Amino acid sequence: MAQINRINNSGRIDPTQPLNFTYNGKSYQGFKGDTLASALLANGVDVVGRSFKYSRPRGILAAGAEEPNAILQVGATEATQVPNVRATQQELFNGLVCQSVNGWPNVETDLMSLVGKAGGKMMPPGFYYKTFMYPQSLWPTYENVIRKAAGLGRSPKVGDPDTYDKVNQHCDLLIVGAGPAGLAAAQAAARSGARVIIADEQNEFGGSLLSSNEMIDGQPADSWVKQVAEELEAQPEVMLLPRSTVNGYHDHNFLTIHQRCTDHLADRAPSGQVRQRMHRVRAKWVILATGAHERPLVFGNNDVPGCMLASAVSTYIHRYSVVPGRRLVLMTTNDHGYKTAIDWHAAGREVVAIVDTRQKPKGYRVDQARELGITVISGSAVIEAKGTKRVTAAIVSGINEAGDKLTGSTQELSADTIASSGGWSPAVHLSCHTGSRPVWNDAVAGFVPGATKQKQLLAGGINGVYSLDKVLGSGLEAGLQAVSNLGFAAPAVELPQVEPATEGRSMALYHIPHSKPTSQAPKQFVDYQTDVTAAGIEVACREGFESIEHVKRYTAMGFGTDQGKTGNINGMAITAKALNKTIPETGTTIFRPNYTPITFGAIAGRDCGELFDPKRYTAMHKWHLENGARFEDVGQWKRPWYYPKAGETMQLALDRECTATRDSVGILDASTLGKIDIQGPDAREFLNRVYSNAWAKLAVGKCRYGLMCGEDGMVFDDGVTSCLADNHFLMTTTSGGAARVLEWLELYHQTEWPELEVFFNTVTDHWSTMTISGPNSRKLLSKLTDIDLSNENFAYMDWQEAKVAGAPARIFRISFTGELSYEINVQANYGLYVWEKLFEAGAEFNLTPYGTETMHVLRAEKGFIIAGQDTDGSVTPEDLGMNWCIARKKPFSFIGKRGMAREDCQRENRKQLVGLRTKQPEVVLEEGAQAVFDPNAGIPMPMVGHVTSSYYSANLGHSIAMAVIKGGLGRTGESVYFPQADGGVIEAEICSPVFLDPKGERQNV
Amino acid sequence: MLSIYCPHCGEHREEEEFHPKGQAHIVRPLDPESCSDKEWGQYLYFRKNTRGLHHELWVHAAGCRKFFNITRDTVSYEIREVYLIGEQPSVTSDRAQS
Repeated sequence: MAQINRINNSGRIDPTQPLNFTYNGKSYQGFKGDTLASALLANGVDVVGRSFKYSRPRGILAAGAEEPNAILQVGATEATQVPNVRATQQELFNGLVCQSVNGWPNVETDLMSLVGKAGGKMMPPGFYYKTFMYPQSLWPTYENVIRKAAGLGRSPKVGDPDTYDKVNQHCDLLIVGAGPAGLAAAQAAARSGARVIIADEQNEFGGSLLSSNEMIDGQPADSWVKQVAEELEAQPEVMLLPRSTVNGYHDHNFLTIHQRCTDHLADRAPSGQVRQRMHRVRAKWVILATGAHERPLVFGNNDVPGCMLASAVSTYIHRYSVVPGRRLVLMTTNDHGYKTAIDWHAAGREVVAIVDTRQKPKGYRVDQARELGITVISGSAVIEAKGTKRVTAAIVSGINEAGDKLTGSTQELSADTIASSGGWSPAVHLSCHTGSRPVWNDAVAGFVPGATKQKQLLAGGINGVYSLDKVLGSGLEAGLQAVSNLGFAAPAVELPQVEPATEGRSMALYHIPHSKPTSQAPKQFVDYQTDVTAAGIEVACREGFESIEHVKRYTAMGFGTDQGKTGNINGMAITAKALNKTIPETGTTIFRPNYTPITFGAIAGRDCGELFDPKRYTAMHKWHLENGARFEDVGQWKRPWYYPKAGETMQLALDRECTATRDSVGILDASTLGKIDIQGPDAREFLNRVYSNAWAKLAVGKCRYGLMCGEDGMVFDDGVTSCLADNHFLMTTTSGGAARVLEWLELYHQTEWPELEVFFNTVTDHWSTMTISGPNSRKLLSKLTDIDLSNENFAYMDWQEAKVAGAPARIFRISFTGELSYEINVQANYGLYVWEKLFEAGAEFNLTPYGTETMHVLRAEKGFIIAGQDTDGSVTPEDLGMNWCIARKKPFSFIGKRGMAREDCQRENRKQLVGLRTKQPEVVLEEGAQAVFDPNAGIPMPMVGHVTSSYYSANLGHSIAMAVIKGGLGRTGESVYFPQADGGVIEAEICSPVFLDPKGERQNV
Repeated sequence: MLSIYCPHCGEHREEEEFHPKGQAHIVRPLDPESCSDKEWGQYLYFRKNTRGLHHELWVHAAGCRKFFNITRDTVSYEIREVYLIGEQPSVTSDRAQS
């Protein structure tokens, strides 16, 4: 298909490099330098989407980030699908595949449009909620159908094959926007030697100058741009980031820049290249030179394809050599808009008329247009567009000076394009991100950034400064100000010279009246993407929504992927009028990050898959892998869970591991246990304060179990602490709690008891810990060590230094299984070696490796708790039946003492830890199962506790469980019931949680 | 994301390195046993929810592991001062104190 709208001029495209692309299954051709939008317009494609609510045909409106309609699905394969790409920002590449995102069966013939047409007037704001409210149970069904009919793009169904990066940057000055203001600021800052980053969302620097024929310093504007960019490029301290959108402005001058590195090259990044990069910038100062967005005027049927922003039309003509139509009617409230008609005329196509809403327009551009013989109809407005899939005519009427009433008669002008300019809205988005509210400026007829706490300067259009000479001046000024704020010497710079232009006064006009009342006039769109009309806003105001934030939410104005960049100010003006207020009284909504949508890949960077979270392995991990271990995540640790043999189920493996340990000897990799080295003359006193039990008399060479509570008296961690020397202790914590406990100790030391001389350090990773447990553990260990392991010389709860398999070791005779048990700690480097030596020596004892699950079963057989499993932050030591672990007579009021003395902690009937035996011995309760005393009670049944741990014990031949039950310690022998989802009930008897060897004889041999 | 000056390291670092630990200057009663349940409850659970200046305890968790205080404006997120444990804030306002 020929590019019917392409003209020959010196734009920024390269006609020698044709590029093929596919839109809705049809092949088209554009040129290098095109955006998808300019290429579609060049090919005469009018309809690019169907509107969200009414399914009306929509065409391209804008030429930049503000585009509300041309939202396409891009991607040649399922994996590279990108939803909701603004065609105006997607550079064309060879082989690009895209399609419109809505419209069924297709965008040209959309059945939903019949609903839109028929039901248009019956679809006010809140239509879906009002209509489909009853019966409520059917809403999911309604929603399913509605969502299919509406909606935008879709996510890919398979993983993203591309690579994304995150980069942290620090700079003196970040300049957002490389238009005339940004470039002038950058030039000044760069010459001062400051470290500067300048980012712009477009593929090349220049901003508005890329579509301008103005002269700077006697040369065409784009030559000036090239010269400045080259100067910046040559500075070692300046980083230029084209194709990089500054998407978020966060606290303390932290900004995120979304750089698209290869989106302009191919469907997916070329091999070895990163597709997109997220720069996380901490800038000492920021200059916002984000420019402004042109406002379309709101008139009847202003969404018919062919209705465009005036500046966008100029951009397509200048930059892309595309004239998006044959016969233009231009409506404007200001002199600037005339440029579009002049450009159109220069491109050799017909300007039907300039319709100026002002009564007596004056200015050099007005004169220029008249000199070219263009018809100027002043004091008039386009009140309605004719046509459905393309504009066919404009209805023009006289309008009064205030712009709120029509005067005189109407005429119909045949045209295929209606460009409108309602003035400019400063792009204040980024300035809002940190909570600063924009303020209305009457002279600008727009909101400009308000006061801010950020180190932020403004330059150019964002401040409502639009004429090129002033924009350059404002950029230079901001650059020099930043240089001075940063403490650099003022550089030598000169203000670039441009011919000053005198423009006539603009008219503040947003909503063009129609001969019919707004509610009956053809639809006048305010927010194209969410189909919000002037009538809809008036309805919202009539229904009592008075706050602009409420109007926004009720009508959905500004809720699209474009965040209402074109429509918001018009909507606020219409709201203000409907409420009889001024715009500043009505106020504005603010904007949040991100400025334009951004793919999750860029946010995640490399922090996904394997790199999402660090994994911690013990020194023996390789052995576990080779021996078929199944792993369990404990915090970041990968711990062996159980070691199934060929053909073994999990339960069979557990049964084997459990019985082997109690019958002979088992071994556990306990390296993940948190280990904190505590030193200092006051270490003992410190332990006394943070543990609930007594530490004053723990002798060197001894170990003791300790409970740690919060100030509320609730257990939060436990472990064994050993006295290594009089002022040196080794504390162990739960595997997952190590970091939290260390921070807790530091908190109390640094903030409450700084007078105590004590030091803490984590040594978890320094040691490999292997626990051998079972009646043959002494025999096994004696084969590998030189010390006397007899009970007399090395008693239960002792520790000794020794060599194990030749490696220096600390051996702790402590037990979490209730068996004779030794915990061998060696330097992590020796871990695997000693572990393997133990297996060599242990073959004759059938040394059996066991994982965390068997560890859980064995400890539960003994009634030992696991903090965080049997406790949940609401359990005191007393609730656990661990009164023996509370030393109330310690002189210092240890952490938790006062808390557990609170009335509520002393109450009868608290949930207390008990053992449970199911009436049917083979039935294993679910952990978390809720207990009741009366299974026949009415619903809701009074719940009296829950199961905290539950296993099948092969050693005992029946299931065992631990539970917290109301008043459980006084209910031994009574039954509790566990109603099941299937209607059945499991009955269990309350017993002691110590199921095996209650006297502790097995560990004391 | 805040940029926080660690008074122990003498450098500004990213917020990711720090943990907030709540309101500063909550002093553990010297004689807990003499506190009523209500007083102990106040110490344990009751915290200000200030709009404006707030004195907060932070720890350089992924850095030097040291605690320190910050006076932060909860509206603008401005950090007005950083001071050591045991010191009193110099930036206060009537509203923050009331």
